[in-house]
Amino acid sequence: MTLLSTRGLSKSFDGLQAVTNVDFDLPQGEVRALIGPNGAGKTTLVGMICGRIEPTSGRVQFDGQEITSLPAHARIMRGMAYTFQITSVFARLPVTENVALAARRRLTGRAVDQAVEDALARVGLTDEAHEEAGNLSYGHQRLLEIAMGLAQSPRLLILDEPTQGLSEGEIDDFKALIRELAGDTTILLIEHNMNVVMETADQVSVLNFGEILAEGTPQEIHKNDAVQAAYLGTG
Amino acid sequence: MSASARIIALHLGLLVLLFALQFILPAYHHGNLARIMVLATYAVGYNILFGYTGLLSLGHALFFAAGMYGMGLTIQHMGFTPAPALIVGILAGALVSGALALLALRTVGVSFMIVTLMFAQAGYLTVLYFGEYTRGDEGFVIQQAQRILWGIDLSDATNRYFAAWALFSVSFIVSLWLVRSPFGRTLVAIRENEERVRMLGYDTYRHKLAAMVISGTISAAAGAFYGLLFGYAGASFASVQYSIFPLLWVLLGGAGTVLGPFVGTLFMFYLIDLSSGVTSAYLLIAGLALVLLTLFAPQGLVGEIRRRIWKDLP
Amino acid sequence: MEFGPHLLLATLEGAVTAAVLALTAVGLSLVFGVMRVVNIAHGEFYMLGAVIAWYVAHMMGGHPALGFFAALVLAPLLVGAIAVLADITILKRLDYDPERTIVATIGLLYIIQQLTLMTYGPEARPVEAPFNTRIALPWFEWGEDGFQFYYPWGLSTTSYKLAVIGAAAAVLLGVWAMMARTKIGLLMRATQADRDMALAFGIPVERVYALVFGIGAALAALGAVLIVPIQQAHYLMGADPLLLAFIVVIIGGLGSLPGTVLAALFIGLSDGIISVFFSPTLAKILATLLVGLVLVWRPQGLFGTRTA
Repeated sequence: MTLLSTRGLSKSFDGLQAVTNVDFDLPQGEVRALIGPNGAGKTTLVGMICGRIEPTSGRVQFDGQEITSLPAHARIMRGMAYTFQITSVFARLPVTENVALAARRRLTGRAVDQAVEDALARVGLTDEAHEEAGNLSYGHQRLLEIAMGLAQSPRLLILDEPTQGLSEGEIDDFKALIRELAGDTTILLIEHNMNVVMETADQVSVLNFGEILAEGTPQEIHKNDAVQAAYLGTG
Repeated sequence: MSASARIIALHLGLLVLLFALQFILPAYHHGNLARIMVLATYAVGYNILFGYTGLLSLGHALFFAAGMYGMGLTIQHMGFTPAPALIVGILAGALVSGALALLALRTVGVSFMIVTLMFAQAGYLTVLYFGEYTRGDEGFVIQQAQRILWGIDLSDATNRYFAAWALFSVSFIVSLWLVRSPFGRTLVAIRENEERVRMLGYDTYRHKLAAMVISGTISAAAGAFYGLLFGYAGASFASVQYSIFPLLWVLLGGAGTVLGPFVGTLFMFYLIDLSSGVTSAYLLIAGLALVLLTLFAPQGLVGEIRRRIWKDLP
Repeated sequence: MEFGPHLLLATLEGAVTAAVLALTAVGLSLVFGVMRVVNIAHGEFYMLGAVIAWYVAHMMGGHPALGFFAALVLAPLLVGAIAVLADITILKRLDYDPERTIVATIGLLYIIQQLTLMTYGPEARPVEAPFNTRIALPWFEWGEDGFQFYYPWGLSTTSYKLAVIGAAAAVLLGVWAMMARTKIGLLMRATQADRDMALAFGIPVERVYALVFGIGAALAALGAVLIVPIQQAHYLMGADPLLLAFIVVIIGGLGSLPGTVLAALFIGLSDGIISVFFSPTLAKILATLLVGLVLVWRPQGLFGTRTA
């Protein structure tokens, strides 16, 4: 079953075409990596999917329903979660409160505390629970972003460059976490680290100059000449 | 004692202290404190929007005046008794703040400040324009006979103190409960990073709308009680100055703290009271305080205490 | 008086208002445009201009023109210096944060106003105009003998009022020339366009800011010196010009100088005309509502164009 699909999705900023006519389908339960050179339009594309950016034209469907005209918060309530590329945690609030804000959207009372505890344990931030989020290291703030995504217990988790700035060890933990989530949660992963893509993704979509250049398994993409050219030639 | 219990004990302790003070204060300070408690209620209302939601309004006098005139005009011209008149005043505040919120929340930052300033100014001028009913700057007195609520004469100092205390207590407890509730915590998160809150699935616009109506309604309640307890309604309460005052009190006491509005109002009231013995230009103190606070203590008094001593003070 | 002459009179009065308003508003707009600072104390700089003009004229003695022209030079300079001082001691330390500077300039408003009350006092005091010849104005009618001119009773202006209009126009041209043709104007425009880039290119942004804040205040003071022979100097006189300047700057498009001048003409003339026929309070209510609604629905101003 297809959880998310877009048809003819386009966005132009002041005449500059950022995303052109993207038809994109994401089946339920899949881990999909979205890759492409810098400026290929990846963040713009997911921005339109989760409602942060209004498309110039095209449609978005989620769970079989038209959501093109829904505001971002309503899409989130239908089961999307988006973690920011640039860490955007609540720096002056405690780590627990950051995650609790995410959890409270669907839970109340004691269940919130439990969900917070679970999410923090899964990303390995239990010891930092009572720190102020702004005092965490950059890598830990990225993990906190992911924990906030988890606490929403989304059907579709959109991760925008989650491993950027993480240490080797943290990246290994992250890969394990994705493998754990795979199956229950559909994941759309924007990623630069090809190592992570190869090891976690079921399928890969390549975006170049705002258009889908290729789709396939990580192995297929790895061998694809057009993709190689895009990365080496213009990237 | 758990952290939560200590916080509740501290805040209820203040209310008990204020209640007890009426038995020992000399008449002059007794009267002052009644006035401070009503004004602090205004600051409590202001703080919900400014301190907790992060929206700096320069137009709260509109809400204060909506309460004051909603109460005063119905008593003066329609023969209302105090209880329904107070309700009219509070409803007027809710209505006006809701209407302004629908317009002003389309803007952010500096534009929000100026939009609220402009609409409040239009409100002030409207009070002057309908001088036939409001008596403009001169204002009108609400007679002692019109100030008897359920048989209690509110012009009597003791009754007045008790009414002011009751009003303040309600607003204070509502504020304490609110900011510890999920809704209040979401407001704080909006103050910190609205976009992130939106992307967690919250309708931030509705939250801000609700915050502004709650804030405006509490401000209106303060305005309505002020007029009733002290028997006077005048246009100066609708002027820009009365939009600046709650900002000043909250900044001084500590924006985004439950105790801050009261502490700030108390300090500023006595600062101006003491200086008025020296000079008639008492607003100089207000101006200096605004500049110095912005420069050197943007957290305010209670904010500093929270930063240095008591970290989880709400 | 009949409608036609009445309208002409209102237009002339409106033109004087518009001239002074344009100076005040351009000052406010310059500060907002370059520094992104909303200066709530701008009206007090205006008031200071008028009060200092009174002091200067009072101390000079001799022919009124002597004192007036001395004030015309000294008041803007002094007020500009005070503004530069405020910029260095307050605004710079706040790093020009938009919201905190608003709160600080509100404080500054009260400080300036109350210090004036403590020293200058609560009286309204006039400054004598340097020249003040009454000029009767003709009107026309279609009589029995066809088209003819006559001088309706009460339809007149003064040479001084016409001079105010001329002087304001000259100063505005000067401001435009400074912005468009001089090196300091170039620095201001560069800072306005991109503060970080300007810093990277070695433009002394902090000094540009101090200068702009000074010039903005000096323009308000200049406007006040021009108006003080017509109105009087009073410590509360800053409130109305502040409000009107705000209206003008917002309707003209925040930070746009041509838009500001155009809006000043529009507001000045319509304020004069509306005030003659309607209650001035009603005119002000409508004007403030207009500003609020413009900011809500068309934040780029009525005359501005949207920038990305």
